[in-house]
Amino acid sequence: MNNSAEGLKPGDELPPLAILPVDRMMLARFGCASGDFNPIHLDLDFARRAGMPDVFAHGMLGMAWLGRMLTAWIPQGRLRRFDVRFQGVTHLGNAITCRGRIVDVPIVEGERCARIEVSNTNQFGQIKILGEALVSLDGGCPA
Amino acid sequence: MIVIDRRWIGHELPPYEVALERGRLRAFAAAIGETDPVYTDVGAARAAGFRDLPAPPTFLFGAGLEAGSLMQVLGEMGVPLSKLLHAAQGFTYHRAVCAGDVVAVRSWISDIYDRKAGALQFVVESTEVRDSSGQLAAELRATLVCRNQPPA
Repeated sequence: MNNSAEGLKPGDELPPLAILPVDRMMLARFGCASGDFNPIHLDLDFARRAGMPDVFAHGMLGMAWLGRMLTAWIPQGRLRRFDVRFQGVTHLGNAITCRGRIVDVPIVEGERCARIEVSNTNQFGQIKILGEALVSLDGGCPA
Repeated sequence: MIVIDRRWIGHELPPYEVALERGRLRAFAAAIGETDPVYTDVGAARAAGFRDLPAPPTFLFGAGLEAGSLMQVLGEMGVPLSKLLHAAQGFTYHRAVCAGDVVAVRSWISDIYDRKAGALQFVVESTEVRDSSGQLAAELRATLVCRNQPPA
């Protein structure tokens, strides 16, 4: 959309991003690569002692998928703010779809921006993450 | 029931530096399924206007965990890891951080509050990340919840 910011309006949707079902390998790779070694995502024994039926996805893995959806749509340098609330546990086997919808096109600190409501939902329609991103429609930040 | 002492509000975690390496950034991109070559190919990153491979938008969260001081402080607060969940996360971006940068990370406990008659105890950690030139590159807000029941 790099050159077509002009026509953006509330209600417009970003191209959704579909993610493969969560499996243990995905969690192991993300734990190691991200630096988040909380054993509740990696160690079944620990997860069960914590009262969970099994390991589950890192919240930040779900947020990273939302980040992919955003940077597939706009260059990363245009991202100003990105806030999420984790609504529910993303379990093994959950196939997440990331969605984004423009809710406002405000001027923020002199920049034309788009405020985007973002969400992660699994294949059963359960919302796992809700949040908001603010992106500049004028240009990037210093690289 | 665990009740976190409000006196931890304002507590500063030990500052530290993180060197961003291309290999680490490529491994992160692979782990999140990122296929845009901007995140793995230096030529593509430079063509997109970056000095080198950019850190993806949420990368700095994990880099901030690496020092382990947050987990240590939570332990000192009496929060067991098994009761801890990530409730919310926020980022404000000022400048790109890229492979080759050494970023300075400074974090502090900015808030502690509870909900549901104390059953949920929230801890907010705020972080500032500065790039090699000392300029503010990003601000992070991590809200963690200590729950006295397993989540649904």
